[in-house]
Amino acid sequence: MLSKESLQKIDIELAKYPKEQSRSAIMAALRIAQTEKGWLSNELIEYVASYINIPPVQALEVATFYGMYNLKQYGKYKLSVCTNLPCALSGAVDAADYLKKTLGVNFGETTADGKYTLMEGECMGACGDAPVILVNNHKMCGYMTPDAIDKKLAELQ
Amino acid sequence: MAIYKSGVIFADVDTFDKNCWHIDKYIARGGYEALKQILNNKITSDVIISELKMSGLRGRGGAGFPTGLKWSFMPRAMDGQKYIVCNSDEGEPGTFKDKDILEFNPHSLIEGMIIAGYTIGASVGYNYIHGEIFEIYEQFEEALREAIEAGFLGNNILGSGFSFNLYAHHGYGAYICGEETALIESMEGKKGQPRFKPPFPASFGLYGKPTTINNTESLASVPFIIKDTGKSFLEKGTPNSGGTKLFSISGHINRPGNYEIPLGTPFRELLALAGGMKNNKKMKAVIPGGSSAPVLPADIMMDCNMDYDSIAKAGSMLGSGAVIVINEDVCMVKALERLAWFYHEESCGQCTPCREGTGWMYDIIHRIENKMGKIEDLELLDSIGNQMAGRTICALADAAVFPVRSFIKHFKDEFVHHIEHKECKVNHKWC
Ligand SMILES: Cc1cc2nc3c(=O)[nH]c(=O)nc-3n(C[C@H](O)[C@H](O)[C@H](O)COP(=O)(O)O)c2cc1C
Ligand code: SF4
Ligand code: FES
Repeated sequence: MLSKESLQKIDIELAKYPKEQSRSAIMAALRIAQTEKGWLSNELIEYVASYINIPPVQALEVATFYGMYNLKQYGKYKLSVCTNLPCALSGAVDAADYLKKTLGVNFGETTADGKYTLMEGECMGACGDAPVILVNNHKMCGYMTPDAIDKKLAELQ
Repeated sequence: MAIYKSGVIFADVDTFDKNCWHIDKYIARGGYEALKQILNNKITSDVIISELKMSGLRGRGGAGFPTGLKWSFMPRAMDGQKYIVCNSDEGEPGTFKDKDILEFNPHSLIEGMIIAGYTIGASVGYNYIHGEIFEIYEQFEEALREAIEAGFLGNNILGSGFSFNLYAHHGYGAYICGEETALIESMEGKKGQPRFKPPFPASFGLYGKPTTINNTESLASVPFIIKDTGKSFLEKGTPNSGGTKLFSISGHINRPGNYEIPLGTPFRELLALAGGMKNNKKMKAVIPGGSSAPVLPADIMMDCNMDYDSIAKAGSMLGSGAVIVINEDVCMVKALERLAWFYHEESCGQCTPCREGTGWMYDIIHRIENKMGKIEDLELLDSIGNQMAGRTICALADAAVFPVRSFIKHFKDEFVHHIEHKECKVNHKWC
């Protein structure tokens, strides 16, 4: 169900922990699986669990607890905007409003063409670069004024 | 942007140099000298711990617990596996200092962790890195490879007989995992739900083994303390707040960023370093230690020094050193609504007072903000706070109550105005 590269990456994670503690690698294994497939279906979660040799319910528990796992299919680009207070003071609420208007969606929604999903994020530990947008969990973009957002959206085709 | 002045972690780091984080640059700055000193001269754990105690270093993760004392709790002589864990899960709104340490000077942390491992008798360490900074996690993995190649990590380090392996663990979006026992649960591959304490991690930590957990900044300060002595670290700060500290300053100032300055520096000076108020607006309030710290009105804050005692005396706490500056245009009801939402979202849900209380608090503040508040709501918030604070497994519930109490205490007029007139007292603008 996963590519050889992904499985190799999971093996590297497994090697970080004592042999009998393979459960420790579940967070990374789910992240790697999600990066390849875009989201975590029940089958994928089960597959990952069996690969690292833990009961599926333990993997599901982790997938549902941590906010960055995608439990359904999102748009090609998931854009998470932090709107917490420090960011709000530096224009994040305005950036979020601008994104909503430009994309024509609310938080939690995906554009009709399936390209973008807009999410409200929590503090990303980058409040000094506010407004910040996290693209597909792994790419942090700071100083996202309306102009910068336009440019970024044009890049993300 | 980041400006570092007279600090110990960033003293010679040129953050504009893309390569500043690499090991060759770190070594050129005197990096790994402390570790070599320890291993070559077979300096004992007792000596290292007393140097740390001398330094006055207090945990930089928020609680300010003395680091030397924490290390001394480890059953060093006991056989069996022990662990050193670094808390890089920085997720307290307003805090973004550990990210800069990992990004610009990761080897200071790696060296600090190796020294910690040596001191407490741990041969394995983990660094738990905040989920949202994936690129920095990947770069940290590369820094680890550099340290292995240079012989600072692995078996028989520099021929000393001491072996130490260090790994990075990547979080995936749960603020609560910053709480040390939730972090341990998370590392074990479970939901990040805090454990009852005691037992403390020093006796029952990761996989049930004795574990020391420290914040990134605490550990990254260790090489300096060993190399330049605890005394010289202490003297950089004030007697009860030794050393320099990173302050993340955000909000309505001209130059948001991290500033590494001596503890005890007047707030006015920090404000000046950060370029003063944006658009010359008047300052209304400051949250001096991350979103969980009580807010202080500007006039009180302007008389504070940036150290543990001064801020505590003023009625707040230094916390993680995240300074959030709010100007006169912000409606404090709206500001509090943001924070209340955060704690509601991030409660792990295992204690009823926290799970329900954070939700109620948010609902009430939300309804005040949305013109449906009643004057009794202010007392209701207070009584919910009483049911929450100190009655839960971890301190998140307290962290949720502090902002609510302090906002209402210091800015009651704005809340009352909102309830009575169904509008903000100020002509609200976020920025
Ligand atoms: C809700 C909550 C969140 C926390 N978040 C963090 C965090 O992000 N980083 C951190 O270092 N400590 C955090 N802490 C404090 C840790 O539990 C722990 O005290 C700290 O990591 C110990 O390191 P230190 O002694 O070096 O400060 C948090 C505590 C609580 C209750
Ligand atoms: S206080 Fe809140 S976050 Fe902490 S353990 Fe209880 S429910 Fe979880
Ligand atoms: S509050 Fe938005 S990144 Fe910290």
